[in-house]
Amino acid sequence: MSKYTTHEYDVLVIGAGGAGLRAAIEASGSGVTCGLVCKSLLGKAHTVMAEGGMAAALANVDERDSWTTHFADTMRGGQYLNNWRMAELHAKEAPDRVRELEAWGAVMDRTKDGKILQRNFGGHKYPRLAHVGDRTGLEMIRTLQDHGIHQGIQVHMEVTVVELLTDGERVIGAFAYERDHGRFVVFKAKAVVMATGGIGRAFRITSNSWEYTGDGHALAYLAGADLMDMEFIQFHPTGMVWPPSVRGILVTEGVRGEGGILTNSEGRRFMFDDIPDAYTSSTSDNEEEGWRYVTGDKSARRPPELLTRDHVARCIVREVKAGRGSPHGGVFLDIAWIKQHISDSEAHIKKKLPSMYHQFKELANVDITQEPMEVGPTTHYVMGGIKVDGDSQMSTVPGLFAAGECAAGLHGANRLGGNSLSDLVVFGKRAGEYAAKFAKDNSTGQVNDDQVSKIAAWAEAPFERGNSGENPFTIQSDLQVMMQDKVGIVREENELNEALDALEKLKARAEHAAADVNRDYNPGWHTAMDLRNLLTVSEASARSALQRTESRGAHTRLDHPDKNDEEAKVNNVVRKGSDGQMLIERIPITPIRNDLQQIIEENK
Amino acid sequence: MPQVTFRISRGSTHQDSQFVDYQTDITEGMVVLDAVHQIQEESAPDLACRWNCKAGKCGSCSAEINGKPRLMCMTRMDTIPTDQPVTIEPMKAFPRIRDLVTDVSWNYEVKKRIKKFKPRKPDAPDGTWRMQQVDVDRVQEFRKCIECFLCQNVCHVLRDHHKHDEFSGPRHYVYTAALEMHPLDTEDRIKDVKDEQNIGYCNITKCCTKVCPEHITITDNAIIPLKERVGDEFYDPVRKLFRIFRPGK
Repeated sequence: MSKYTTHEYDVLVIGAGGAGLRAAIEASGSGVTCGLVCKSLLGKAHTVMAEGGMAAALANVDERDSWTTHFADTMRGGQYLNNWRMAELHAKEAPDRVRELEAWGAVMDRTKDGKILQRNFGGHKYPRLAHVGDRTGLEMIRTLQDHGIHQGIQVHMEVTVVELLTDGERVIGAFAYERDHGRFVVFKAKAVVMATGGIGRAFRITSNSWEYTGDGHALAYLAGADLMDMEFIQFHPTGMVWPPSVRGILVTEGVRGEGGILTNSEGRRFMFDDIPDAYTSSTSDNEEEGWRYVTGDKSARRPPELLTRDHVARCIVREVKAGRGSPHGGVFLDIAWIKQHISDSEAHIKKKLPSMYHQFKELANVDITQEPMEVGPTTHYVMGGIKVDGDSQMSTVPGLFAAGECAAGLHGANRLGGNSLSDLVVFGKRAGEYAAKFAKDNSTGQVNDDQVSKIAAWAEAPFERGNSGENPFTIQSDLQVMMQDKVGIVREENELNEALDALEKLKARAEHAAADVNRDYNPGWHTAMDLRNLLTVSEASARSALQRTESRGAHTRLDHPDKNDEEAKVNNVVRKGSDGQMLIERIPITPIRNDLQQIIEENK
Repeated sequence: MPQVTFRISRGSTHQDSQFVDYQTDITEGMVVLDAVHQIQEESAPDLACRWNCKAGKCGSCSAEINGKPRLMCMTRMDTIPTDQPVTIEPMKAFPRIRDLVTDVSWNYEVKKRIKKFKPRKPDAPDGTWRMQQVDVDRVQEFRKCIECFLCQNVCHVLRDHHKHDEFSGPRHYVYTAALEMHPLDTEDRIKDVKDEQNIGYCNITKCCTKVCPEHITITDNAIIPLKERVGDEFYDPVRKLFRIFRPGK
């Protein structure tokens, strides 16, 4: 059997972005031992890329805001497929989690009276996003990191988990490898928190880094957990489109929150052309009112650029398809135009959107204070994930918890911008708390040596294939092109079926992915192993997308262009069948509590 | 653009490394990291390189390109000469793990030893504080740091004199300065800055400031003010006199 070292903790947290760090801080603070596994170096997780801000009804900028409005906004944005209990807890607890970050050293932008400043964002009725320029995620992860390192958390950097270890029904640890020299590690834990982020690497055009291979989703699924809402993948409306090598890199919604407008090749603000019914009363129908809104006029309605992401992305696709796109297949996002209203607009833009300014200046040779950007949709976020209990964040497998992007429920069919960073800290804390409680109530499980030797052999297999095997990068790239093409922004039945066929072929190829030389920091080997997770989440998304015969939120079906009332009553869940096949089940949504329904009605 | 030759340093230690040449096609807008990825896909799947965001936000892909310390993801191919081989080497101030990847864990150990943030009592009954934007501007500049460790890499105290045991380096002066100048912080780290972090070794050559991809004015805004605070507290003649009469202070 392959050699491995063993570490033992009460709680093991897998993933060290905002959710994982917050979970680890909570667990270690409640008196249990805690190990934190990060795929990259500490502080480099995807949270670092979050730009716009963290939604919380602090009511610092508009005193009319409250948790009830935030709750109603989140539910409307998610087209009511959300786990309403999570939406409730999130709206209620986000303000405390933001204030807590300040107590731990975060330095957010300020209002004139010295409080935390909040900005406008799509789908939020009031200015609600606490932020630091356009680098809010960096501020969050650094604050949690710098606080966490003094909490006695044992951090394992550049370690990748390849399988969860089970004892009967229960998850009792994880099998992993260390990136630097490829040594194997077994973590024994009484409770495991998944905080591994998303699946964006399954697509060609994405704002996500190499880490985002759906590890948490796939590992939980393979350990028997339910995945929910996997058809809902958010395509952020504004990614860079030119030059080709930066295609997909995120352009923050904060650009629009600060007054940026979307125009087509005819110079028309096309977002005025299609405003969904649910938003007509809260959306301005003229440019003058839209500008007043972004400059803080409380009587004005928001400009249509700040509609929800799913809708803005569809409008952009429509313009491009109609031949009114920009030279490189996107549309124009213009913040420079505010010079018509602001005399020192150049300094203002650089202050409010510093990293956007640098990103375009350095990567595209575009000065955003003077000229428009070219943007188009990019795979950004998965609303679907591990199905969890709203209060405790425990999955359907005992001992396995999930928080952040890899968990499902809060966002329903579409996530509002800014609700992700608050999600991380609200449910990261809860997952850490309940995982610690579970660890206190349960003993250590028994590691099954047979499971360990099987997975170790699987991990070593790519080296045995040598020259007869296939280059893993080629397989990954073919998968990304296929998913972009057939399970992308607009879907239809025959293409989804073709996707499922293609996935079977890719699975067979992945079993022949080969690695060369040795196990020291070998990206080819890592990619060969990541393929299994990418293929699992891709299949879950394609199957769920096929099942949902309607268009709702981020899920658009050309063959079912409208919403369907029957579909509004169910979430799609996938789980592993006893024969290893992926099963899909439609689960009725739990009827909402009356008081919460009333809040939704009052905010309509 | 045509095919370009990349001369990449490969090996498991700095001593036993060697340059290997790779050719790859360069297209419009490509950055050095794209070229490295392309080489991985085409001819060297085991070529080790660390990266994450590819947008200059995470600070993972630090390397030395044609001898200059930079982020590979923010170095456009059209800004460097391509008529001769482009050399890519790992950072030199840290031990090499493999190829372009170095062991930067020392930085994380150093940071742990710096006293954590300790806020004053909240200003308002609801447990919140009040701070003016003008008072946090400086701290926000320091908090832009993406921990790419390029400043550490070029600091001669670390790179040439290997004083890793005594000297914490520019990154950690920026970190300490952010804590010391935080309007809410009540901790005193100045004695440690002098005795543990040995800021006196820095002779303000500003190499760190020059390579910072976040354009943090490390020397002028972080290091010099910290040196001044050390000077004020420990080398001010009037204060020194006071200390003679009030020992222990």
